[in-house]
Amino acid sequence: MTDSERDRAPGRAPAREAVTADGWRRLHPLSPLVRSGRAVLAVLALAGLSGSGLIGSGAGTRWWDFALVALVAGGAVVNWLVTRWKVDGVTLRIETGLLRRDSRQLPVARIQAVDLVRPFLARMLGLAELRIRLAGSGDADGRLAYLPEQAAEALRARLLAAHHGLDPATPEPAESVITSVPSGRLAGAALILAVQLAVVAVIVGGVTAAVDPGGLLAIGVPLIWWLIICGGIAWRRVSTQYAFTVAASPDGVRIRRGLLGTVAETIPVARIQAVRMIEPLWWRPLHWCRLEVDVAGRLGHDHPEGGGEVRKALLPVGRRDEAAQLLGIALPAARGWPVLRRPPRRAWWKAPLSYHFLAAGHDDTLAVAVTGRVHRETTWVPLAKAQSVRLVQGPLQRRLGLATVHLDAAGKRVRAEFRERPQEQARALVGKLAALSRSARRRASPVPGQAASVASPVNASHSEA
Amino acid sequence: MPGTPEQGVRCPSPRLWRMRYAEVIASGGALAAVAGTAAGLAFGGAAAAIAVAVVITGALAALWFARNRFRSWVYQERDEDLIVERGVLIHRLSVVPYGRMQFVDVSAGPIDRAFRLATVKLHTAAAASDARIPGLERDEAARLRDRLAALGEAKAAGL
Repeated sequence: MTDSERDRAPGRAPAREAVTADGWRRLHPLSPLVRSGRAVLAVLALAGLSGSGLIGSGAGTRWWDFALVALVAGGAVVNWLVTRWKVDGVTLRIETGLLRRDSRQLPVARIQAVDLVRPFLARMLGLAELRIRLAGSGDADGRLAYLPEQAAEALRARLLAAHHGLDPATPEPAESVITSVPSGRLAGAALILAVQLAVVAVIVGGVTAAVDPGGLLAIGVPLIWWLIICGGIAWRRVSTQYAFTVAASPDGVRIRRGLLGTVAETIPVARIQAVRMIEPLWWRPLHWCRLEVDVAGRLGHDHPEGGGEVRKALLPVGRRDEAAQLLGIALPAARGWPVLRRPPRRAWWKAPLSYHFLAAGHDDTLAVAVTGRVHRETTWVPLAKAQSVRLVQGPLQRRLGLATVHLDAAGKRVRAEFRERPQEQARALVGKLAALSRSARRRASPVPGQAASVASPVNASHSEA
Repeated sequence: MPGTPEQGVRCPSPRLWRMRYAEVIASGGALAAVAGTAAGLAFGGAAAAIAVAVVITGALAALWFARNRFRSWVYQERDEDLIVERGVLIHRLSVVPYGRMQFVDVSAGPIDRAFRLATVKLHTAAAASDARIPGLERDEAARLRDRLAALGEAKAAGL
């Protein structure tokens, strides 16, 4: 890592990053600025405020503020200096870390999803972060922050082409827009959410005022905070899902969204483990629904969207016909929709609150299950993705002669539940689902680049700079 | 499936029952001694007798439960998948295809080792799949592990 490596090759935009003789590349030199930008701005604002005597004890603390800024910025610069990446045939290699080197190899065949993330500041500077998702823990994800926009797009095209077993030089295939969510509908959905939360505050306030008018003063401040938080949640919904567009391309399903910062997610269709449609109670009069897809892998704990499973919205709020159209794209193996069967009437004693929704069915490629108490939730799991079939029977179910069959897909709570089926039927169903998923798997297996892919990524150690 | 003579159906080693029996007797005995002494010192002889009787009743119930649990545990290696069935109160049956296996885990705690037993667990990419077979004799555990590993490799399927 010498200074000469930092020399930038002149020329066209995609070749703007530094390339060393053995193919190693640097991130964009402005990356440290973007990475530390938010923290630096916050500290500077704080310093400005305290310097002008608005908060704090006056001008005496300035020295510390600037030391902190320098520390954060210095850390980001060092991180940039020690980070390099290259595409080595069918693996993407990323090396980082000053004291503890972290060398990561991401085999393209095991890519689960590729995200192009552009926070506001990066977008202003024409930069983008590339996030490569693998199965396994989120810490194993490959993150390249930041690359010039064209370079990031070119690398994405290259990785996805290699993932599909094509020549890496294949240009990014054309995509066709399937659906987009109008801002009005998005705002409406956010408003419904905010109103639901705000109603709680109003009820609490009203009850307090009725019982003891003096008490309203005591709880007034938390209530106002609650309302502000409601507004914040609604704003976050709108800003992250603004201009939500779903497009289909041979690379996979591409989702674009975002108001200030934008995200473009690409999910190879073969990587979709399950699709879920959620119909909240309040949306039902409007015939709206939400569609989510599950992808193998977990988000890291440091992830801004929080830890947990990779669950991507395919349609944050949309009409049933749009959802049906997207379902057809997300589940290409499906041939028609399975007939749903309801559990017997005696199941009401076991599940009185969800009995009205319970239904499930399967054909030879797909299992569908409907569950939910207040919100109706429909899950589709392609049989080729089934990891295991389970039958569970609790004491009450045994008394009623019922049993539940689970069809598990990769992930933590990704499954189709055939709830409260008659006992003999459930027994037969287990055998049948196992046999059907075996043949479905066999039909699906000759996909290029997938035969050897296993969930755990190799050589994905991790550490901090 | 329990009780029916089916092809290739196996159960954990009878030593598992002996191990559970020993565990219940040992912990029940210790608990009875502690509870009896404490109650005797605090409230007198009658209380001590009641405390010991309660613990013994509890231990007998635990023994009955452990016996049923041990009996309910069966597994069957089929051509394409492994079936594990278990449970007294909540009955569970799992079918895990070999091709979906991510790794096999063979574990043996100190008590398991004293009884020369091991637990084999099959992991898939789904967190919910539970194919765990406790109380296998060492040879059987090694055989099962090797067979599962070989079959998993031969039939491996991508995610």
